Amino acid sequence: MWKTFVAWFHRMGSPKWFYEITGRWIPWFAAAAVLLITVGTTWGLAFAPADYQQGNSFRIIYIHVPAAILAQSIFFAMAIAGGIGLIWKMKVADMVAKSCAPIGATMTFIALFTGAVWGKPTWGAWWVWDARLTSMLILLFLYFGVIALQSAFDSKQSAARASAILSLVGVVNIPIIKYSVDWWNTLHQPATFKLTEKPAMPPEMWMPLLVMVIGFYCFFAVVLMMRTRNEILEREKRTQWVQGLLSEKG
Amino acid sequence: MQELLSGQGLACERDDRLLFSDLDFKLHCGDVLQIAGPNGTGKTSLLRILAGLLPDFDGELFFKGQPVADDPDHFRENLLFIGHQPGIKLNLTPEENLRWYQSLYHPADTDHIYHALAQVKLTGFEDVPCYTLSAGQHRRVALARLFLHAAPLWILDEPFTAIDQGGVKEIEQLIADHAQQGGGVILTTHHNLSLPTELNVIQLGQSHQSETEQA
Amino acid sequence: MANDANPQLAHEKQRVVRREDGVRTSSWRAFTGTLKRDLLLVFRRRSDIVNPLLFFTIAVTLFPLGISPESDFLAQIAAGVLWVAALLATLLSLDSLFQQDMADGSLEQLVISPHPLAVMVLSKVLVHWLVTGLPLTLLAPLLGVMMFLPDDGFGILFLSLLLGTPTLSLVGAIGAALTVGLRRTGVLMTLLILPLYIPVLIFGTGSVIAAVNGMAVAGHLAIMGAMFMTALVLAPLAAGAALRISLNG
Repeated sequence: MWKTFVAWFHRMGSPKWFYEITGRWIPWFAAAAVLLITVGTTWGLAFAPADYQQGNSFRIIYIHVPAAILAQSIFFAMAIAGGIGLIWKMKVADMVAKSCAPIGATMTFIALFTGAVWGKPTWGAWWVWDARLTSMLILLFLYFGVIALQSAFDSKQSAARASAILSLVGVVNIPIIKYSVDWWNTLHQPATFKLTEKPAMPPEMWMPLLVMVIGFYCFFAVVLMMRTRNEILEREKRTQWVQGLLSEKG
Repeated sequence: MQELLSGQGLACERDDRLLFSDLDFKLHCGDVLQIAGPNGTGKTSLLRILAGLLPDFDGELFFKGQPVADDPDHFRENLLFIGHQPGIKLNLTPEENLRWYQSLYHPADTDHIYHALAQVKLTGFEDVPCYTLSAGQHRRVALARLFLHAAPLWILDEPFTAIDQGGVKEIEQLIADHAQQGGGVILTTHHNLSLPTELNVIQLGQSHQSETEQA
Repeated sequence: MANDANPQLAHEKQRVVRREDGVRTSSWRAFTGTLKRDLLLVFRRRSDIVNPLLFFTIAVTLFPLGISPESDFLAQIAAGVLWVAALLATLLSLDSLFQQDMADGSLEQLVISPHPLAVMVLSKVLVHWLVTGLPLTLLAPLLGVMMFLPDDGFGILFLSLLLGTPTLSLVGAIGAALTVGLRRTGVLMTLLILPLYIPVLIFGTGSVIAAVNGMAVAGHLAIMGAMFMTALVLAPLAAGAALRISLNG
C-alpha cells in the first residue's frame, strides 16, 4: 500500500505523466461538476424551503458557502503543494501551487461578493463587518500577497519557493486570524443574523448545499488541472514530448 | 594527497538555460583549481554551488569523501568563501568588520585581527571607517579573512578585483603557500595566474559540455 | 600578502588557529558577534532610531487633525490609533532589515557560516526590536497623553506593546527576507505582512480597550504571549529559508 503510494507520488512528479493522467481525468471531473452544480442550484433555488426569518434571500448561501469553503481549502492545498515543492523539489507541485492562487482568490472574491449581496436585504448595507466576511477579506489579502510575490521574482524557481514559504506562513496564521477576528467581532457587534451559523438547518436545506460543495470541489479540480497543464506546457516547452505534442496538433 | 572536495555529475540550470552538465571534478589537498570560461557560462554559479549558496543543482558534492549534505556545518567550518561583494560594512572600521567575521568562527582575539590586517598592508588603517578607504582596500580587508580563519578550503570569486599589481603578486603567493601547506583553492579570475604549483582548470561554456583538463 | 618582516608571528598565528579547528565554532558567539556589529552600526547611524519614532509621532498627530480634536472622541480611538501607528512604523523600518547585508555581501557570509541561519536571523531581529520596537513602546504612553487615552489604559498600552512589538519584528522579518533579493520591492513587503499583523493588532488594541473599560486583561496578554512564542519559534526558521531563496536571485 505504502509502496504503491510512493511510486504514485514519484510518478506525479513527472510533468509528462501528470499531463497525460490529468488529460484523462478532466472530462470525468468536468461532467461531475456540471451535473452536481446544476442539480444543486436547481434544488437549492427552486425546491429548498425558504428561511423562516430571511425568506428567499438566504438562498445565496448555495453559492456563498461553497465558495467560502473552497477559498479556505484552496489556500491549504496551495500551501501543501508549495511545501511538497519546497521539500522534495518537485516541479509539478510548484506548478500546482502557482495554479491554485488565482482560483482561490476568485473563490474568495465570490464569497465576499455574495456576502455583500446577501447583506443588502438582510442588514440594509452592502458591507458589514461580519466575522466571516472580515476573515474572508483578510484571506483575499493573503491571496493577493502570494500572487504579488509570485510575479515579483524573475526566476520561476525562486518565485515558487518564496510563495510556498509565504503560503505556509499564511496557513499557520489563518486559524489565528480567524480566531482573533471572531473574538473581535463578538466584542464589537453581537450580530443578530449570521450568514451560516443557523440553529440546525433541516435536511431539505443542507442537502442541496452539500451537493453544491462537492460540485464546487469538482469544478476546482477541473480548473486546477487545466491551469497546471497550461503551466506544464509553458515550462516544458523545450522538452521532446511537448514538441511532439505540438507538432501532433499541427 | 587527500581528497578535499569533489563533485559528481554536477549540472545547473538557471531560468531554463543549461549552464553546465555532467561536470565531475576532484580537488585534492594542495591543488589550485581555476574555473575558467567566457562571461555568462556559469563560473560564479558553480562557485556558489560549491560554497553551498546555490541549492539548485543536480549531482553531488563530497567533502573529504563524505557527502556535504550529510554534515553541512562541518563543511562550512572548513570553508572560506570570498564572493563578488567583499562583505564589508562601510560604517565600521576594518577591525570591527573583522571582529564580526571572527565571531562567526573563533573566539575574539584582537591581536590576531591586527596581525591579519598587517598581512594585507592595512597597518594604520585599523581604526578608520571603511568608507574612507578605497575599493582595493576594501578587498584587502576581505582578504584579511584568509589569515583569520584557517580553513583548508578556499573558494574565491575574482579575488584580484580592484587589487593593484603588487597586491596581485602577493595574493598569488598566498594561494601558492596555502596549497603548499595542504590547503585547496578554487577560484575564478580573468587574470593570468602565475603560480609555482600546478594549476588545474575547469573550462566552462564549451559546446554545452564541460570537462576538466590539466593546464 | 605574507609579511616577510614577521614570518615567525605568522606561523604562530597559523598554529593557534589550527589548534582551535578541533573545537566546534559557537553559535552563541556568532549570535552575540552579529548583535554587537549591528548595534554598532545603528549607533553609527543614529537617525535610523529616530526616523521610525518621528513617523510614529507624525502618524498619530494626523488623526486629531484629520478627524476631530475632541477629547472624548480621541479617547475612544486612542488605543487603535496608537497601535496602528506603531505597527506601521515597525513595518516601514523592517524593509531594510537585510538589505544592507545583501548588498555588501555579508549576508552570504552569514549563510555559509556554520551556524543555524535562524539564530543569525534572531540576532538581527533582536537588534531591530531594540532600536525600533522598544523605543516605540517607550514613546507610546507620551503620545497616549496627546490622544487623551484614559488613565487606566497607560499601563496596559505599554505592556501590550512590549509584548506585541517583538512579534511584529519577528513576523515582519519573514517579509523582509522574502523581498530582499528583489530589485523593486516598493510596497510589496507591506502587502505581504500587514494581513499577518491583524491578530496582534486586534489583541493589542483589545487589551487596552478592556483595561479602559475596567475588564480583565490577563487573557489578552496571555494570547499575545502565545503569539509571541509561536513567532519566536517559527518566524526565524521561515525567514532563514526565505533568505536562502533570496540569495538565489
